[in-house]
Order: sequence, then structure tokens, then C-alpha cells
Amino acid sequence: MDNKTAWAIATARQAATFLASLALTFVGLTAVTFFIGRLTKIDPVLAVVGDKASKEVYDQTFLALGLDRPLIVQYALYLKRVLSGEFGISVLTSQPVLSDLLRVFPATFELATIAIIIGMAVGVPAGVWAGARKGRWPDHIIRIVGLFGYSVPVFWLGLVGLFFFYGKLGWVSGTGRLDVFYDDVVTARTGVILIDAAIEGEWDIFRNAFSHLILPATILGYFSLAYIARMTRSFMIDQLAQEYVTAARVKGRSFWGAVWRHAFPNIMVPLITVVGLSYASLLEGAVLTETVFAWPGLGLYITRALFNSDMNAVLGGTILVGTIFVGINLFSDFLYRIFDPRLTAG
Amino acid sequence: MTQSLVQWLQDEAPRSRKQAALGNLFRAMRAVVTNPAALTGLIIVTLLILVAILASLLARGISPLSQDLVNRLAAPSAEHWFGTDELGRDIYARTLFGAKVTLTIVMLVSVVVAPIGLAVGTLAGYLGGWVDAMLMRITDIFLAFPRLVLALAFAAALGPGIENAVIAISLTTWPPYARIARAETITIAKSEFIQAVVLQGASTWRILFKHIVPLCLSSVIVRLTLDMAGIILTAAGLGFLGLGAQPPTPEWGAMVSAGRNVILDQWWVATIPGIAIFIVSLGFNLLGDGLRDVFDPKAER
Repeated sequence: MDNKTAWAIATARQAATFLASLALTFVGLTAVTFFIGRLTKIDPVLAVVGDKASKEVYDQTFLALGLDRPLIVQYALYLKRVLSGEFGISVLTSQPVLSDLLRVFPATFELATIAIIIGMAVGVPAGVWAGARKGRWPDHIIRIVGLFGYSVPVFWLGLVGLFFFYGKLGWVSGTGRLDVFYDDVVTARTGVILIDAAIEGEWDIFRNAFSHLILPATILGYFSLAYIARMTRSFMIDQLAQEYVTAARVKGRSFWGAVWRHAFPNIMVPLITVVGLSYASLLEGAVLTETVFAWPGLGLYITRALFNSDMNAVLGGTILVGTIFVGINLFSDFLYRIFDPRLTAG
Repeated sequence: MTQSLVQWLQDEAPRSRKQAALGNLFRAMRAVVTNPAALTGLIIVTLLILVAILASLLARGISPLSQDLVNRLAAPSAEHWFGTDELGRDIYARTLFGAKVTLTIVMLVSVVVAPIGLAVGTLAGYLGGWVDAMLMRITDIFLAFPRLVLALAFAAALGPGIENAVIAISLTTWPPYARIARAETITIAKSEFIQAVVLQGASTWRILFKHIVPLCLSSVIVRLTLDMAGIILTAAGLGFLGLGAQPPTPEWGAMVSAGRNVILDQWWVATIPGIAIFIVSLGFNLLGDGLRDVFDPKAER
């Protein structure tokens, strides 16, 4: 059997594992949200018919919702509804939860994507530098920066950032995605304002959106930076201890040449997983950041729904965030496995 | 006297179980104390506990709940060291009493999470087979969940409050403990002393509780210390969103949230409780890193 066939078989096997664990975790996730939905003191029938409904209407709806059936059947019905995208109607917006989620998602996507770009662009070189200079001052500085990131509450850093960079220095714009008078000027083609504004050539709006985005994205990116730098550092230390690095140095490669040309390519595969994991956790961190910055994304949508007892919206949002989170986690694990050359060597 | 005590503690051949245990504790303490980062962490955590116990004494008799609407949003001064909040309550006193709330949450979560993790992990690791496969599948599923969002949904369903915040955080925190306990159990179960007690006729439960669980404890405690900062930050996040401790309880996250609207003019209202959260998480992170270096020198450096 040649290498290509071996690789194809191994990849197919990994893909099957990936899909199976994705499906299993999704079933678990929906089981938990179903359970949470049962826990609430909100009567699911009253949520549909309202409290003025007659006893007859109430009983009819009770049966129509399948609430007399065994729990496992109810869960199966629930899973079927979720899979076909029926998350119910949001009490708050009177819209189907799915269309609400699709409307707010691009804002979170924009924030998290810019944040992960910042996290990678700073975190990877910083981690390489710290690993190559292990035990010396660059290493200590980066360790302190990382420790700070693991200890500081994101919502507090957001507030302090607003106080300094918006309130005192005026370098950035305040809360929200755009200044009020720019609202609804560009058509929401993708929902990502930077892209929409660029398509229409509205560079004023682009600049405005950017000055609103940069502070929350930097703060969010800082948290992934701390994690990415820490992991990059430890991968780098492992690689630099290998004999091939010494061999390259003996042959006359400069130190940084050996770091970037020999060691770095070898840490790229595990780095994919690290970046994937931190991208997934950014979607989570976005919940608090969005609340602080009044950023109209998924996080703000879920928290607003929380305070209006809008359980359909809360659970729909939880399933969406959860599915993306689980999906990215498992997918980066899958990528790691198929790119690991040891998998196909044997 | 002290000399002989140190010698007794460091004895290479301890003559009793108590001597061995105390000796190990002594060596671990010495390693923590000689590591500056871990020592800083230990001092911060000790201070947190002291502040929580002595809150009313340190607050100079000021109640964290007494309102003074005339002096609302006052700047830090000799009378109000950290200023006052939107109801004229003393922020210094509230920050001190907040240590109590934080410590309560952290302790409750540990008390819930460690036994669940230990039970699932040791059972899976010792029994193996389909029990192992099933328990670990469930653990993996919970491990893949987004922690804060799920805690949010739980807190929303159960209603806001400290107890529910603790339940919500615990439900999303236990999986790594089960994994650690399982890995340890698998190694321990292979050792000869376990085979010896099996031959002596010890029951499965006795082996689990008397022999395996005690040996898993140190890894679980190290992991708990490392997780504390994350638990504190999640609890503060829930408090910030209004799903944790309810007013007028002085909880740091809720205090930051109360200062949100006045951040541009009265910065101290939101800033000071945030600094408290930061210092305490930093303390647990430093101590956790130190403990990991002491108990598990092979782990990532």
C-alpha cells in the first residue's frame, strides 16, 4: 500500500471519528438544554397560549406539545425540532429564534475573528520569542503578560479600557458597532460591517466601524494571546531541544534561522489545534465583552433574553454557541490528527 | 528542639503513618515557600481568607449595607477609603465583605466538584470495561461544552442566586477532575499493594475509598487550585450579568456591574472591586502554578 492510500484511509477513519463524536456531543448538548428547559418554572403551555387561555385551549396545547408523552419521546420530538432549525418564537422580538440568531451572529463573528487575528499575530511570535529565550527577560515578560490575562476579569478590563481609551484619551469610539447616524446606511449583505462598507466603498463607515471594533477586539484578542503564547512557548522549547536543531546550527545556520526555518514549521500542526480552541473560547468570552460594549451579537442577545425569561431564545442561543464551540473543538482535533505525519508513516 | 523536629520530619525511614504524612507536608510546604511566585500566591490566598473572616473588624464598624444617599458616589477620602457607590454605601467595606462571598462560592464549588470528579474517575478507572466507556463518554460530552454559556442557561432556568450559580459552575467544571482521577486510578490499580489488599479480601468499595481515593487527592487539589481563578472569574461574570449573588449582597462582579453607568465620571465604583477580583485570581494562579511544580515536576514548565 503506498503512502497516499494509507493517508486517505487514515483520513477517512479520522473523519468518521470526528463526525461520530460531533453527533454524540450534539445529542448530549441538546439533552442538557432540554433538561434545562424542563427545570424552568415557566409553564411551557402558558408560554404558548398566554395566561388568558381557557382550560380547553390549555389542555389542547398541552397535548399538542406532547407533554403527556414519556420524557424520552418528548426529547426525541425536541431533537427533531432542533435539527430542523425550529427553536420556537422569541417572546422578546416575536420573531422565530433562528432568524434572530442568524441576524445577530455576524456581529459576534466579526468581533471574534478580528480578535483571533490579533491573538495569533501577537501571540505566536511572542511565544516563539519566549521559548527561544527561555528563562531570560523576554520569557519573563511574556509569562507575566500571560498570567495577567489568566487573572483579569474580561468585563472589568473592557470597562477600564472604555474609561481610558474612549473617556480620557478619545482614541476610539464608544459602545455599539457604529455611530448612530451611520446606522442602516449600508445594506447588510454579509452582516459583517467592515465587509459591507468595503463593498459599497463607504470608507467613512469602514473607519467608524473599525474604531468601534478595535477596543473590544483587542481586549478579547488579549485573552487568546495569553493562551496562544503560552502554548507556542512550550512547543518551541520541545522542538529546540531536538537534535535536528543542533545539527542545523552545527552546519552553520544562525540561531534565529534554526528557530524559524527548522523548528517553527514543526510546531505549526499543534498550533492549529491551539488556535482552534481559543477561537471557540472567544465565542464564549464574547458573551461578557458584548454586554460591556453593547455589541449587538449573540452574547448580548442571550443575556437580554435571560432577563426577559425568553427561554426559547436562551436555549436556541445556547445550542448555537454550543454547536459552534463543539464543532470547532472537534474539527481542530481532526485537523491535528490528519496533518500529523506519524499517522501515515506506519 | 526545633532541630530534632526538622530531623524527625525529614526522616528517610518514617516509623509511623503520621510521621510520613507530616514529613511529606513539610517537604511540600518548604518547596512552596522557597518558590517566590508560589509564596506570593500563598500570601494572597491567606490574606483573602483572613479578610473574609475579619471583614467586620477591618471595615472599622462600617456596614457594607448601610446607605447614605447624601454622600452617594463620593470620591475616595479619609472617611471612605475607596469612595461610595450609587446608594452611598462604603466601597471599602463592601469590597472586604465581598471576599466572604467569593470564598463561599469557591469553597462550595470545590466541595461539589471534587467528590463528583473523584467518584466518576475512580469508578471508571478501577472497574474498566463498559462502565469506563460510558462514564468517560459522558465526561467527554460535558468537557466539550461551553462553560460560561451553559452556566448562564442553568442560572437562567434555576433563577439567579449564589446557590444556583454554584450548581451551574459545578456542572461545567467537574469533567477534568474525572479525567485526572481516572488516569491516576489506572496507574494505582496496577500496583502491587492493591493486588495485596485484593488478595486479603478487601471489597471494591474499601479499595476505592481507603486506598485509591486518598492517592488521587493531591492531583485533584493541585488542579482545584489551578482552576480557582477560572471559577472566581466565571462566578464574577455571572454576578456581573446579574445571575450570581443578588442585591444587596456585596459581590465583586455585581459591584463592577453597578459601577458601569458611572465609569466615565466615578471610576472607583467599578474599578476597585475589579482589582479585588484580579488580585485574588492572580493569587490562586500563582499558588496553583507553584503547587503543580512541587507535586508534578514533569508537567509543562
